[in-house]
Amino acid sequence: MNVGILYSRIRKDEKLLLTELRERDHDVEKIDVRKLRLGVSTPNERFDGLDLVVDRCLATSRSLYATRFCESYGVPVVNSHETASICADKVQNSLALEEAGVPTPATTVAFTKEAALEAIEAFGYPCVLKPVVGSWGRLMAKIDSRDAAEAILEHKATLGHYEHKVFYVQEFVEKPGRDIRVVATDGEPVAAMVRSSDHWITNAAKGAETDVFELDAELEELVSRASDAVGGGLLGIDLMESDGGYTVHEVNHTVEFKALDSAVDVDVAAAVVDWLERTAEPDSVEVSA
Amino acid sequence: MTEDTDSVVAEDPITGEEIELPADVEIGEIVDNPVTGAELEVVSLDPLTLEEAPELEEDWGE
Ligand SMILES: Nc1ncnc2c1ncn2[C@@H]1O[C@H](COP(=O)(O)OP(=O)(O)O)[C@@H](O)[C@H]1O
Ligand SMILES: [Mg+2]
Repeated sequence: MNVGILYSRIRKDEKLLLTELRERDHDVEKIDVRKLRLGVSTPNERFDGLDLVVDRCLATSRSLYATRFCESYGVPVVNSHETASICADKVQNSLALEEAGVPTPATTVAFTKEAALEAIEAFGYPCVLKPVVGSWGRLMAKIDSRDAAEAILEHKATLGHYEHKVFYVQEFVEKPGRDIRVVATDGEPVAAMVRSSDHWITNAAKGAETDVFELDAELEELVSRASDAVGGGLLGIDLMESDGGYTVHEVNHTVEFKALDSAVDVDVAAAVVDWLERTAEPDSVEVSA
Repeated sequence: MTEDTDSVVAEDPITGEEIELPADVEIGEIVDNPVTGAELEVVSLDPLTLEEAPELEEDWGE
């Protein structure tokens, strides 16, 4: 197949993907989004003849527009713009999970620091404040007291970009020092790992230790429902173990898999390319370079 | 610096020192300076040229 990769950085994740695609003799068109000009009426010719585009944009804003343009140009893109727009925003993410009946931490959104403080007091301490856009555990706050709440809200309201004036307040989940990351393709798990840390934020990007995790049937079913909730695709599903069972705190749409690939025996890039081949197939004839 | 067939050398634009890279580096690839840890981007292959990688922005992520 003829695959376009939308990117701005070739990290280890993209390199694994590119290598696997090339080894299988697929034609790969690397499209650097920083150089793209996307005409509304005239499709950019870089997209001509592509069977499938894989969005690996690092910047959420670019990912959202680029996927939208692909769809407008009639080029199949993974993940879809719909999936991207749900996953790119923690509010949309939480709503989609809740609406699909997927267990997700109790969350309240407020638009002023006064209303946010009330939401925080209602949860009690500790609770969590997260930016609605962002990743890798950045700019998240665990709030232990009213004094801390007031200070953080004041800072966000004064210093932040307008998105920081959308306050996303969440119950603190007493997890066992770790959370779970599952990479799945259209709801089918590829592999999973636990990320353990002494810190309450357990992202691999923050240096958490990773280890393979075997999914049980309950978790597989949950992963499939979480995937459906955001429109499917190649996804990174984040879950925590709590007293009340599993809770899904977010689904990521431009999932990184280098940490997972080294934590497990599964060849994650190969599984992803298997899925890309299956996804491109209905619309294209398999042609080798 | 040892020359073997699986590596190439390029100049770190920040330090001016030569660094060794895998021979299969490609355009857009992010490589780390093994000493300083600085992130560098491969901007050309012939000649192999590195630039300081763009700084992290707030909306970057998964
Ligand atoms: N409500 C919460 N209670 C306890 N820990 C949390 C909660 N939300 C997130 N975390 C921890 O913080 C990490 C990052 O949170 P997440 O919502 O996935 O944001 P990001 O998009 O930055 O990865 C999680 O992997 C988990 O370890
Ligand atoms: Mg996460």
